[in-house]
Amino acid sequence: MPILTKEEAKALLTKVLSYSKADECEVNINGSDGGNIRYARNSVNTSGAISTTSLVVSSSFGKKSGVATINEYDDASLEKVVRRSEELAKLAPENPEYMPFLPQQEYGPESPTFSPVTAKVGPKERADAVAQSLQVSKDAKLNAAGFLENSMGYSAMMNSKGLFAYNTSTDLAFNITMRTSDGKGSGYATRGYTDFSKLNAGKDTAVAAKKAVASVTAKAIEPGKYTVILEPTAVAVMLENIFFDMDARQADEGRSFMSKPGGKTRLGEQLVDPRVNIMSDPWNKELPGATWSGDGRAQQKVNWIEKGVVKNLYTSRYWAAKTNIKPIPFPGGLIMEGGTKTLEELIKGTEKGILVTRLWYIRTVDPQTLLLTGLTRDGTFYIENGEIKFPVKNFRFNESPVIMLNNLDEMGIPERTVSAESNANYLLPPLKIRDFTFTSLSDAV
Amino acid sequence: MKRRNFIYLTGVGAAAAMLPAIPVWGNEIPFEKSLEYVDPASKKIIADVALNAARSKGATYTDVRIGRYLNQYVVTREDKVENLVNTESYGVGIRVIANGSWGFAATDKMDKDSIAKAAELAVAIARENSRLLAEPVKLAPQTGYGEVSWKAPIEKNAFEIPIKEKVDLLLSVNDAAMKGGADYINSILFMVNEQKYFASSDNSYIDQDIHRIWPTFFITKINKETGKFETRNALSAPTGMGYEYLDAKPEHKIHTAAGTVYKGRYDMLEDARQGATQVADKLKAKSVEPGKYDLVLDPSHLWLTIHESCGHPTELDRVLGYEANFAGTSFLTLDKWESKKFNYGSKVVNITADKTEKGSLGAVGYDDEGVKCGKWDIIKEGILVNYQAIRDQAHIIGLDHSQGCCYADNWSSVQFQRMANISLQPGKQPLTVDDQIKNVEKGIYIVGDGSFSIDQQRYNFQFGGQLFYEIKAGKIVGMLKDVAYQSNTQEFWNSCVAVCDQRDYRLGGSFFDGKGQPSQSSAVSHGSATARFKGVNVINTARKIG
Repeated sequence: MPILTKEEAKALLTKVLSYSKADECEVNINGSDGGNIRYARNSVNTSGAISTTSLVVSSSFGKKSGVATINEYDDASLEKVVRRSEELAKLAPENPEYMPFLPQQEYGPESPTFSPVTAKVGPKERADAVAQSLQVSKDAKLNAAGFLENSMGYSAMMNSKGLFAYNTSTDLAFNITMRTSDGKGSGYATRGYTDFSKLNAGKDTAVAAKKAVASVTAKAIEPGKYTVILEPTAVAVMLENIFFDMDARQADEGRSFMSKPGGKTRLGEQLVDPRVNIMSDPWNKELPGATWSGDGRAQQKVNWIEKGVVKNLYTSRYWAAKTNIKPIPFPGGLIMEGGTKTLEELIKGTEKGILVTRLWYIRTVDPQTLLLTGLTRDGTFYIENGEIKFPVKNFRFNESPVIMLNNLDEMGIPERTVSAESNANYLLPPLKIRDFTFTSLSDAV
Repeated sequence: MKRRNFIYLTGVGAAAAMLPAIPVWGNEIPFEKSLEYVDPASKKIIADVALNAARSKGATYTDVRIGRYLNQYVVTREDKVENLVNTESYGVGIRVIANGSWGFAATDKMDKDSIAKAAELAVAIARENSRLLAEPVKLAPQTGYGEVSWKAPIEKNAFEIPIKEKVDLLLSVNDAAMKGGADYINSILFMVNEQKYFASSDNSYIDQDIHRIWPTFFITKINKETGKFETRNALSAPTGMGYEYLDAKPEHKIHTAAGTVYKGRYDMLEDARQGATQVADKLKAKSVEPGKYDLVLDPSHLWLTIHESCGHPTELDRVLGYEANFAGTSFLTLDKWESKKFNYGSKVVNITADKTEKGSLGAVGYDDEGVKCGKWDIIKEGILVNYQAIRDQAHIIGLDHSQGCCYADNWSSVQFQRMANISLQPGKQPLTVDDQIKNVEKGIYIVGDGSFSIDQQRYNFQFGGQLFYEIKAGKIVGMLKDVAYQSNTQEFWNSCVAVCDQRDYRLGGSFFDGKGQPSQSSAVSHGSATARFKGVNVINTARKIG
């Protein structure tokens, strides 16, 4: 089934709702078309195309609800899926945390989440982009391994309380690892875009190639506390862990880093350096996001951390009602304000430190302090007197992003980046951090 | 992203950090519909449509996977059912070689036209990509098996057990933990049934029925005065079994200094009771003094160390560089294997790959490119002797056949090399857990898996756990907390001094092991008996914020 326009989606969902006999009914529909290509050892490896759609019906009788899904759209199938959700609702146990569906919400202006250029990308465009990347690799006599994936899709919802929401989106992910043929050097670059025409696979590959060549013959230096400059993709994998645990219920229940003794939380408290401002904004041009969440709540501009103070936590509608707080949904993307310096300028202003281009295999060691462990990867360099002096061997770190943001020295210009752990896109600056804790050396390249 | 899906699914929050990505796909279906089985004859008709369409467009090889993937998850917390998930994903994935290049396309439209079109698209993609090819794909020979089938040897199909019985079990588990003093408990029952049909232009038509189950819980206890909290996760293992896994008899229980641990079957209620007691002990435990310790590692913990430090680095695709951009490469390079003397571990370290072990997550009759599965040595008396390979890699290590390690997590995913069950073989001399502890002057006994992280070539790792007991002069003297050990793979396995005998051999495993781009998840088991390691570096993980 093709991508439905707003009017087509409205007509289809209205029809589905007309079959409902439940106290409440809500219908979500989404569809996507996409493809990917993967290459390694300077050669294409696997690739594929997938197209999916689904329509989800939730019906409720009192506090009992049932959900059914279908991917066929003739009238009989649509009626069948409504009946099935009603049967399931009647069989379900009462949910004491059930929340009635929302009436129409204010979603603000449309967000630029859809690019017509990306929507037209097929096997040829993907292969062309990869050909550019492979050319850089061949010219530099390096080994390339990379991945390119694009998709277009739409989603819409409607319920018996009169709520209707619609959105289209396109996404593109490109990441590339370049390695020297002797296996002693490795570099990486990653990009996420809404608009395919922004992609320059050759240029990104050249960045990864430069890091690969520069990281050969890395020296071992003692683990310990160092001033580090983290490139935005390294910042992403640290900071997203703060965000994953900013749920109000977890904090209230006393089992997150946001909890405090006696059932209190850190909401309203100074958590990190006063220069830290973290927000989400669906209308940000660089990082546009949907203006509504899957349960119909509006996504708005939200300040999560302002001047280092925790301003908001996200929550389920049930917990918000129970604790009398704003029901803010989990947002689409995360933005951290930065400074005016480029990465090069941050390096220039560093007397002694380590440039970390990527962090990898991040896991929580202690949820109480948000202590994380992981390793540097694909190019780590020693800085002295404002210059990169030599590549260093990779380190394992044990550090909390909360402690890290308290040891903030300087911030650079934010850019859109991708977490290599979660694949989520963010707008983040490079950060200069004091006393970042490396605990051991790794022989990995 | 997937981790966030899991958090939504369970509301586990912080405890979810201990789990890898958990995919939820497919369409919600009524529970009784899970019991229907699609007739292989009708699947053969679909497969032949795809095989013929691809051949007519010039494919020199085609395989077709028709998959019905059923997931049932029961999710509860304290006295509430949070979620009942029952999904089905049904469709076909078609992989071809044309112009020497792989191509793949998938569809969930099961009419002949849509399937023929998907086959044609797969060929078109292969042709488009062939201009980016360094050398044509070379497949190890594989004789067709004709029409065959394989069924996991389960005793009770978990999908046949009424939902109410499962809900009642989890709520009673939660009740036991709460009565035992827990502040919170989240419990989950994951059940999976893969009904897979494989057909290829080599004349194989293979129908398989695979079952997996994982009951688990996360208990939290909070010290209200200090605000400190501790968690204790279940000591269950995900297995390739039916609902019989939850029916533990006395012979399935091993009594240790850390309480009861389980072999082959699991008593969830008993584990929740002891978990509630142990989480309170964890709050009062002594913070570890960092330094070198001898470690005695229980199989419920050691499986994860085996998985990360032996399972992944012996995957041939990683060794060759196919995962360089994501999961990483491997320190176990081909020259180390070719030398036949690379000392991966000490003499007592014997590690095998096995795709047939009964009750294991990786057990199947045939892999996802139609190769009959078997068992082989990976590390023999400490020496690296083999890898894990699939058809298009076998020639690189001089094999004339695939080792049957190909897997796709869904009909819509391309199959690629995934880990076989990789297990540390038990010691040949009689040796019990108590004997191991008696032989330690200064050490830590670790039970259950916790935080884990390893570099992209699998040298440097750090592992936590669930329960840590201090050993002094051959005796357990109390519980420790804030423990993690850091080591280098080769150094660590060379410090292995003794492995308990067969009586203590148990399986652990991962239900959701992630690899590949787009990321796919696979399930794999790792067996071992309790093993002892000399002089491993232990760090203290306690910190203070705010």
